[in-house]
Amino acid sequence: MAKVHVTATLNGNAVEFLCETRQTLLQILRDELHLTGTKEGCGTGDCGACSVTVDGRLMCSCLILGAEMQGKSIQTIEGMADGEKLHPLQRKFLEHAALQCGVCTPGVLVAAKSLLERNPDPTEEEVRYWLAGNLCRCTGYNKIIEAVLDAASEMRRA
Amino acid sequence: MASVIVHPEKELKVVGTSPLRPDGVPKVTGLAQYGADFSLPGMLWGKILRSPHAHARIRSVDTSKAQALPGVKAVMTSKDLPDQKFEYVGPERVAVNFWHMTRNIMAREKVLYEGHAVAAVAATTPAIAEEALKLIEVDYEVLPHVIDVDEAMKTEAPLLFEDMITRGIDPPPKEPSNISKRIEYKMGDIAAGFAAADEIVELSFKTKPVHQGYIEPHATLARTDADGQVELWVSSQGHFVVRTMVCRLLGIKTADLRVHAAEIGGAFGGKTVVYVEPVAVTLSRKSGHPVKIMMSREEVFRGTGPTSGASMTIKIGVMKDGDIVAADALMKYQAGAFPTSPVMNGLMCGFAPYDIPNVRTIGYDVVCNRPKTVAYRAPGSPISAYAVESTMDAAAKKIGMDPLQFRLKNIAKPGTQLVYGAKIAHEGFAETLQALQRHPGYTKPLGKNQGRGMAVGYWFNGGGESSATVHVNEDGTAVVATGSPDIGGSRASTAQMAAETLGIEYERVRPIIADTNSVGYTQATGGSRVTYATGRAVIGACNKVIAEMCARAAKIWKIDVEDVIWEDGFARPAGKRAGEFPPLSFKDIASKRTATGGPIVAASAINADGQGPGFAAQFCDVEVDPETGQVKILRYVAAQDAGRAVHPKYVEGQIQGGVVQGIGWALNEEYIYDRNGKLENPGFLDYRIPVASDLPMIETIIVEVPNPNHPYGVKGVAEANIVPPMAAIANAIENAIGQRLTELPMSPPKVLAALDAEHRG
Ligand code: FES
Ligand code: FES
Repeated sequence: MAKVHVTATLNGNAVEFLCETRQTLLQILRDELHLTGTKEGCGTGDCGACSVTVDGRLMCSCLILGAEMQGKSIQTIEGMADGEKLHPLQRKFLEHAALQCGVCTPGVLVAAKSLLERNPDPTEEEVRYWLAGNLCRCTGYNKIIEAVLDAASEMRRA
Repeated sequence: MASVIVHPEKELKVVGTSPLRPDGVPKVTGLAQYGADFSLPGMLWGKILRSPHAHARIRSVDTSKAQALPGVKAVMTSKDLPDQKFEYVGPERVAVNFWHMTRNIMAREKVLYEGHAVAAVAATTPAIAEEALKLIEVDYEVLPHVIDVDEAMKTEAPLLFEDMITRGIDPPPKEPSNISKRIEYKMGDIAAGFAAADEIVELSFKTKPVHQGYIEPHATLARTDADGQVELWVSSQGHFVVRTMVCRLLGIKTADLRVHAAEIGGAFGGKTVVYVEPVAVTLSRKSGHPVKIMMSREEVFRGTGPTSGASMTIKIGVMKDGDIVAADALMKYQAGAFPTSPVMNGLMCGFAPYDIPNVRTIGYDVVCNRPKTVAYRAPGSPISAYAVESTMDAAAKKIGMDPLQFRLKNIAKPGTQLVYGAKIAHEGFAETLQALQRHPGYTKPLGKNQGRGMAVGYWFNGGGESSATVHVNEDGTAVVATGSPDIGGSRASTAQMAAETLGIEYERVRPIIADTNSVGYTQATGGSRVTYATGRAVIGACNKVIAEMCARAAKIWKIDVEDVIWEDGFARPAGKRAGEFPPLSFKDIASKRTATGGPIVAASAINADGQGPGFAAQFCDVEVDPETGQVKILRYVAAQDAGRAVHPKYVEGQIQGGVVQGIGWALNEEYIYDRNGKLENPGFLDYRIPVASDLPMIETIIVEVPNPNHPYGVKGVAEANIVPPMAAIANAIENAIGQRLTELPMSPPKVLAALDAEHRG
């Protein structure tokens, strides 16, 4: 089967890849572009481990096709830190011990960043509802919520 | 966090603080490598064909068409695995039988559950591998199946093994059955105890199997050499365990299999056995290529171990003043397709929190057509605690006593005899209950449709075999290598204990998890054993480093080593008599290693016992919606004895995580099967684990009653926390609606049915 040629922007850089029509963006990121920070927890849109943004919109990369990415701008966890400087959310996740196994963490961070871009001052309830699509089996969510609220308040002061 | 320290000890500098985890940055930047994140040149993709039937005889498997598909490099069936001797090996509580294990890896005579592996392929792309699976022809003779534990025990139930005679009955039964084993513990005189009781409460319960629900599906990468050397990258709680099992299953010499522990995306007991690893190695051997296998989420649900569903009856006899005089339990646990459920643990843990003179617990281990159960956080204990702690509540109510006070009155203390032969050897149970009792929320008034419930939980905690090696570098830093995969922050606690012992800064210690050829044997990360047992190995190795440091200082000062002492990271002369020398720091001595005898390295290994048991006491407030039957958790307070919290934030995290898994178990999680024994909800959409918006903050109380057998007082903390929630929530619902729910999960339809029953009168 002929592959589709796609040019897009990935974490701010131009990228091109060949993809089979049935390959998801998640498979392209992980298997073709070797960016394994985006995780697969379910492959069916139910866990949020594969969260990325496409043109600024939060999405499950397991639910979209690589071939749809022509001309799009994709952001993954690998693009979150500024060189060696961690994003405040990344820092706060470490300070609050908001990760145990850490496999949900990339998706949660991408989702939380997307929340704070829309709503820099969310309530606890708003954070809980925004992150309801990101499953974490380790933490009981407490420290994740606390880290997001703390990062939000630090970012508002900055 | 509230914190209660019962016996304050000498000031510690690093232990008891919450530094950043040493492996944290790669985990927030996406660079950490989990099981599915490894690849090698020339790598193939392995996929597994699974049974569509709950129970069927395999007449034949034809793989020729799959083999012929371009891009397919290897196909395997159970014929490629050597058969194993039928024998149970290892301690009874966790005995394994490799005859069963090889059949669980790949079915032979029969498939015993929907999702049971039957064949596997390796191909150049995942799509070709999928395609090839469709070309494998399996001829099945479908057989009747049985899933429910009570059904499986009936004489007319379809048999999974036509020759299975129940163990533990004397004389052995003549007829085969699905009952793999009967176990009985007793002490005192049950009949006399109940005869003397003022009140007797007896209740029966059922629980559904639940899955560990780790977010990372099983994944592995295998590489083999023509000379028989094998390398494996695994997402496992124990890479040494994987080595032992794979070597035995495939006949590989132990030294020829090198296993690397990848970062592991959650496990909770579910990654203590092998599924894909022997398959990947076999496919790699057959194809001559590295092979990667990743399970899909659906495969995880259909093919890997949940914990048991169970059917239980509990009877408790009490005096009016609150003394428990007798207790009796019957517990039937599903083992899944092959024997060995955690029923023994259930029998041992159920009444362990209490000092009761007359106790009997009887258990049955029962096979049925669902995946073989595997450990899930305090395996077996949450199930029995749900039944026992619900019955305890009913007993307290019957004699009109506060449920917490009732438990406190009967709490086990050091010296209390337990039904399974051991005696309680540690303090901490009463202290934990009292800490919970002091929480201001415990006496706060409740609103309409609201209720409060409490429960306690016991877990053995683990000790066992661990190894550690410490390498001192010339700049005064140290690398601490252990064999314990880190799932929840144990590299942080390891580095803390090393830094504390050596007297150097936390930042100068780099903890790593070494592969199976680079550090001594270490049991799996499970049973809440790592900070205790591996911690003791690490401290042991650090003490050897200190002895070596003192010897080097003696050499530099040209005095006897007995005249050197180690204090806060410095070697000093032991008093005036030893001579006047300025102290030498860890770094000073490390930098002089070449002139003083070469590299400074120490290893330590231990088979640790003396772990303190885990104990948790929790209460929660719920609100029941009378229209929908929905139960909302308004408040949850969890106290637990940590012995000493090395890294308090990760201790809190363990408590919060365990409680929330318990909330899912109590309210939502269950496997739903159709008439043919097929799982109808093999995904997170319909197998609903708690999400952030379901929950309040989980309030923690860390109680610290140090364990004298660990230099820093550590008791394991990862498991006791999941034991109380099901009963605590059931008790709270009862308190809210006046009806006791005796079946899990307590989902809205069941709550509504209970409310209807109440209205009917
Ligand atoms: S992997 Fe995409 S939502 Fe789970
Ligand atoms: S930290 Fe393990 S799933 Fe969230």
